[in-house]
Amino acid sequence: MKDWLNDFDHADPDYNRDLHEIWRDMRARCPIAHSPRYGGLWMPLTEELVRQIAYDTQHFSNHGAVVGHVEGSEPRPVGSAPPITSDPPYHGPAKRLLLPAFAPKRIEAKEDEIRAVCRECLDAVADRGPGDEIDGAVEYAQHIPVRVMSRMLGVPRSDEDLMREFVHALIEGVDRPEAQQRADRLRVDAYLDELIDEHRREPRGSIIDDLLAAQVEGQPIEPRHVRGMVLLLLMAGIDTTWSAIGSGLWHFATHPDDLARMQREPELWPTAIEELLRAYAPVTMGRRVVDDVEIGGRTLKKGEWVLLPFPAANRDPQAFPDADKIVLDREVNRHAAFGLGIHRCIGSNLARLELQVALQEFIARVPEFHLADPERVRWSTGQIRGPRVLPLTIGSV
Amino acid sequence: MKIHLDTDRCQGHNRCRLIAPELFDTDDYGQAVLRIEGEIPEALHDKARQAAANCPEFAISIEDDA
Repeated sequence: MKDWLNDFDHADPDYNRDLHEIWRDMRARCPIAHSPRYGGLWMPLTEELVRQIAYDTQHFSNHGAVVGHVEGSEPRPVGSAPPITSDPPYHGPAKRLLLPAFAPKRIEAKEDEIRAVCRECLDAVADRGPGDEIDGAVEYAQHIPVRVMSRMLGVPRSDEDLMREFVHALIEGVDRPEAQQRADRLRVDAYLDELIDEHRREPRGSIIDDLLAAQVEGQPIEPRHVRGMVLLLLMAGIDTTWSAIGSGLWHFATHPDDLARMQREPELWPTAIEELLRAYAPVTMGRRVVDDVEIGGRTLKKGEWVLLPFPAANRDPQAFPDADKIVLDREVNRHAAFGLGIHRCIGSNLARLELQVALQEFIARVPEFHLADPERVRWSTGQIRGPRVLPLTIGSV
Repeated sequence: MKIHLDTDRCQGHNRCRLIAPELFDTDDYGQAVLRIEGEIPEALHDKARQAAANCPEFAISIEDDA
């Protein structure tokens, strides 16, 4: 295995395939690693340092939420996809605009709708029987958050494939040529401007209507910031949840005892979901150093990037006993899957519900399944971790 | 037993309410709200401890007379 300690790169498929083993090895040697890539990149590996950096909004800016070669075009403190790319003082009021739509009780009311979406996805593969294959990522997991988020944003069903393409281009392609990345961004912006215009002409009862009517500090939100927020909801809500559902399916496909246990003891779902979120947390966030600062005995220089790997923090043995073991009834689980501090994932309640309902529905329809071929599983690259190809064979091994 | 909720630390993870809906509610913005000010009935002590032990932001503390 290549030694990534001083040369890690989140865009490299080899690095991403064995990520948790690589992080375990790196953590044992060094609490915070450095790579020369992207003009200088740091990555803390312990829960303690991840937490310290997440709480330090003075030295670390979310303008660098997506670590790559291309700098966001909108300046601080707003950034190009508020509030995830925003810093205080803009961040708080911008996030407050979106919070009510994602508050627990508003989201819990969507359970039946999400269940119907999952069943619809399973109906599409109802022709498969024992011995047949289903791709858990391509044919199931990826459709669920796109459909749920499209409905919340008033995106027509016919544009769902386009949504997925946008998300893929913007999140997973950080090492592609700069000109291509800029062209993709312009295409997405043009689509969103049209979508927002349509809402302006004719409200559809979606979150976009709320944003168009809202004010920050007595002023309506600037059109390009509305677009940025819509872009954020699209990107942050889709790849992430798709990844979490796919990882959950991967876990049950490779741990038949756990699969059988969930069927025997459905009362374990609440702790099981938190444990899957801990062990397979999809999201690593980025930061930009805005002022020289010492962390873990190293000096981080202004302008350098930081990867904040919440999934690595969640596997730190100092913070979690048996950190690499998945314990479906783990009772003490202070995981950081949704981040820590002011940037706590705004969609966490939706993601948690989608994950639970998607896994429950899949298992109800396909009670036994296993990996068709471990070699064919393909994991994502970039900051969102999950299986992108996940061939499952129906039935026991 | 009493529960202290630090509303400045709370970031709305909603873990406490999922574990102990008898003790915690959430407001329109998803922030945690204590449902019982003062003495916590003994039947809910375990749930209170569990909610505190799972808060990602360490926003919940328990004052235990026992």
